[in-house]
Amino acid sequence: MAKMKFLCDSERCIECNGCVTACKNANETEWGIQRRRVVTIDDGEADETSISVACMHCTDAPCMAVCPTDCFYQTDDGIVLHDKDLCIGCGYCLFACPFGAPQFPSEGAFGERGKMDKCTFCAGGPEEDPAKEKAKYGANRIAEGKLPLCAEMCSTKALLAGDAQQVSDIFRERVVYRGHKDGAWSSVDEQKAQPKNLVPGEMDQQQMAALASELAVDASNIIAKA
Amino acid sequence: MTKTTQPDSRTVKALLQVFAVLFLAGLAILIFAPQASADAAAKVQGNFAGADYWREVSDGTVGYTTSQGAEHGQLINVEGERWRELRNKWISPAGLYAIGGSLGLLTLVYLTLGCMKLDKPRTGRLILRWGLFDRAMHWFVAITFLTLAFTGLNILYGKHFIPEYFGYDIWKNLIALSKFLHNYIGPIFSIGLLMMIIRWFGNNFFNMTDLKWFIQGGGLIGNKHPSAEFLNGGEKGWYWALTILGLVVVGSGLILDFPLFGLTRNDMQTANLIHGGVSLLLVAISLGHIYIGTIGSEGALEGMKTGYVDETWAKQHHDLWYAEVKDQAIDPAQAGESDKADKPGHAEKAEQA
Repeated sequence: MAKMKFLCDSERCIECNGCVTACKNANETEWGIQRRRVVTIDDGEADETSISVACMHCTDAPCMAVCPTDCFYQTDDGIVLHDKDLCIGCGYCLFACPFGAPQFPSEGAFGERGKMDKCTFCAGGPEEDPAKEKAKYGANRIAEGKLPLCAEMCSTKALLAGDAQQVSDIFRERVVYRGHKDGAWSSVDEQKAQPKNLVPGEMDQQQMAALASELAVDASNIIAKA
Repeated sequence: MTKTTQPDSRTVKALLQVFAVLFLAGLAILIFAPQASADAAAKVQGNFAGADYWREVSDGTVGYTTSQGAEHGQLINVEGERWRELRNKWISPAGLYAIGGSLGLLTLVYLTLGCMKLDKPRTGRLILRWGLFDRAMHWFVAITFLTLAFTGLNILYGKHFIPEYFGYDIWKNLIALSKFLHNYIGPIFSIGLLMMIIRWFGNNFFNMTDLKWFIQGGGLIGNKHPSAEFLNGGEKGWYWALTILGLVVVGSGLILDFPLFGLTRNDMQTANLIHGGVSLLLVAISLGHIYIGTIGSEGALEGMKTGYVDETWAKQHHDLWYAEVKDQAIDPAQAGESDKADKPGHAEKAEQA
């Protein structure tokens, strides 16, 4: 079974906010609810780095662990979804989530927050009637065999969504072509990062293939461990 | 000649100028080129990635975002995981140990000592102990307290067994009701609690009599029942537990209940930990009070129900108070009338103090 994950390649993200718009358009969330956002670190400086973030569909999801109603569940694909009928809007999932993914339509007195809303990996929610599902949880593109619209629309293909193994394969290939020594999040520090004699752009196909296999990781093992 | 050389010299001049410009430009390139290419390399390298980036992000660095959501500039907030750990692995089980321990201890006390009966037969004459206002206040606080306790326990522990045994629909409504009641009754409870703290404040200072009462374990150690005034050491202890712990619970609860003032997730986590931990302790202690007030001691509940206690009860449990008010003892037939006058014994005592 596939394990669905997002991965945002910070070397590629150009802070166009296309993913944010795509998400809003696909899910038609209500005013004030923004399931996905782009955060830019060191904005305006030479090393500014942007990353698109939403629910990361954690394997060991903190929101699930603290929810007093137990309204969260994981699909067979590892997508974290929640039942809005059960949600009481207590905000605990927001307190626990590292990514600030859960959103609430209001912030009223007596803890009146309304029903929580978050990224569903475009997988809808627990509602039989498709019209109701769309209104309550947004698009169910997964049911149509499609991936989340944010990643599909990403102009630089910085944001990847899909089976963890495939996403990590794609990312690893990029890493190799860029000449990174390690996997995700490595810097392009040629002096430090480069294995000797392997300069990006000067490697032949065989060298790259060798490096790729050296870096190959079975993502399912990592997921199983988490 | 000059006419012919003039154009030549102009050409030479122009050429020289061109060479000079080119030379300077070349010089400039030679001097500045390494710098420029370094900048270009930095720009190509661009992103701030790697271990430093990850360290900064997981330290909670706030960046720029177009999102207007609260704290949306922060990519990662690791405090949530710490909160989850403390709440789920410490406070939640500790609360069960505290409440279970309290229940177990009281069961043991009941099984070994049984109900504390009156030593002597009742005289039938009654003394007013709690006026109407005190009783109304007590039950107001008691009912709101119990509502908050049960709904709070449901919010913390309900999900582990209620959906399984009672099904989805009951659970859905019960948990929604719990949150609703907890959030709206909380502030109402806090008003009652504050009134209670203020009204009974004067009667609750510890003195030597209370120390002796504690030394004798409230009558458990030794044969003699220790002396007590209007309130004994145990009652005063409960008053201060309720005051101190209660105010902490109310304060943290109000923070959680009114997320209107730009409080961060971290503030909410702290408030939640304090609120949960202290309120569970308070519930565990309250069981002792409920036990003594109901099945643990004969005649105690009457005082808070009707306002009157039997002379024998007063003499046995609060001998010093009884000595002061024994002339106020009345027959049951009169009780209804003087209840309307609402002159509890302790009110006079409070005035004296």
